[in-house]
Amino acid sequence: MSMISLEAVSKWYDSFKVLDACTTAIERGEVVVICGPSGSGKSTLIKCINALEPFQQGTILVDGISVGDPQTNLARLRARVGMVFQHFELFPHLSVLANLNLAQVKVLGRTRDVASERSLALLDRVGLRDQAAKFPAQLSGGQQQRVAIARALSMDPIAMLFDEPTSALDPEMIVEVLDVMSTLAQEGMTMLCVTHEMGFARRVANRVIFMDHGTIVEDVAKDAFFDDPSARTARAQTFLSKILQH
Amino acid sequence: MNWRIFLETMPEGDATWWQMLASGLGWTLACAATAWIIALAAGTSIGIARTGTSRAASRVAATYVELFRNIPLIIQFFLWYFVLPELCPPLKRWVVQADPAAVQFLAATLCLGLFTSARIAEQVRAGIESLGRGQRQAARAMGLNEAQCYRHVLLPVTFRVIMPPLTSELMNLVKNTAVAYSIGLAELFFRTREMGEITFRYFEAFAAATLAYMVIALAANRAMRFIERRIAVPGVAGTARSAH
Repeated sequence: MSMISLEAVSKWYDSFKVLDACTTAIERGEVVVICGPSGSGKSTLIKCINALEPFQQGTILVDGISVGDPQTNLARLRARVGMVFQHFELFPHLSVLANLNLAQVKVLGRTRDVASERSLALLDRVGLRDQAAKFPAQLSGGQQQRVAIARALSMDPIAMLFDEPTSALDPEMIVEVLDVMSTLAQEGMTMLCVTHEMGFARRVANRVIFMDHGTIVEDVAKDAFFDDPSARTARAQTFLSKILQH
Repeated sequence: MNWRIFLETMPEGDATWWQMLASGLGWTLACAATAWIIALAAGTSIGIARTGTSRAASRVAATYVELFRNIPLIIQFFLWYFVLPELCPPLKRWVVQADPAAVQFLAATLCLGLFTSARIAEQVRAGIESLGRGQRQAARAMGLNEAQCYRHVLLPVTFRVIMPPLTSELMNLVKNTAVAYSIGLAELFFRTREMGEITFRYFEAFAAATLAYMVIALAANRAMRFIERRIAVPGVAGTARSAH
């Protein structure tokens, strides 16, 4: 059974179709990069997976649980899927440690001590243990995004969703965030990343999905995507040649 | 000018004029404090309902805000004190046999509390909306339910952001208690007028009242600034200046 599977998922904003019959599956331990021009539905697609956005047609299964089923306990489902946002979305009134502890205590029911121990271990992993007492605004963008990744991991998720995690960062900070993500991938985390970091995709991804106008145009192994231009659709080839020029 | 007038006793009874004004000040403070609690509780609830996922609750909250915001305050006092008992016979029966001061106090605190709550609700709504959708999404993505999302993520930041307008609102509330004289509540303005009418010492009476109102409003302002600084965190709008 796939970790995440999408079957003919469609979504409309009023009469505008943002997702058009998207079908794909992400296996356990797989790293999949989603790319495509802005407005192509990439972010919407991954927000549908943990039900932050509703969809009107099709089926999404996460670890066998149907996201669109009204009977599904969405809070419990979301607690098992980590999500990292473009603008970090750390809680500004809480210290770094309290950001990591909050959902562990309130959702998983861990004691504060158990939660703190787990949080500090994760902060250690992203190299920020010494920043635990600071507030988010006192950290750089790259540090904030690493805290956000640690916060998502604090729930011991079965999969991680990344929504353009580096596009709000200065170039020098992109590297530190991508390093954390690469390590996570090597450790076997199931990951779905919306990103334009083609170097990261080439190094870390197993597969690349290319989207345009709400449809999945290509869904192929990484090597095929980067090394076989003749097999690319014209649309994907134009997109790739534009972003690889820089 | 005769400032010694404050030490003279009233024509009937043995209270001096300064004691009468002080008793009025006591009613003013009690009325403002009680109304403030009502305003904060109701205003926060309505502000939450306005921004929550339930469309029906949001529409009810919007109607509430328009209702209390669009009617002049003095008319609201009359509606609570004179009109509402007429519409509700059991309430009327209680009003005629109850202590008039208690009825006036109850009407005044409810009136001021709900009037102010509509304004606070709008500030809470604007504060929550200023946080954008990302904070809510991040909280929900961690598995927090809607109540936890408000309690632990949205409201703590919102209240820090809206502390400055909330401070103005508290000062307005203190000053608005003076309108309660219109239903006979013996608060500071009521006593000041009474003293002027009986002694013809209007200047002295109103000088004292003006000073008292200014001191309360200033104290309210200082208290809110103190809280604002105590809860300040780096990087949250509205508290950034006082953060260190």
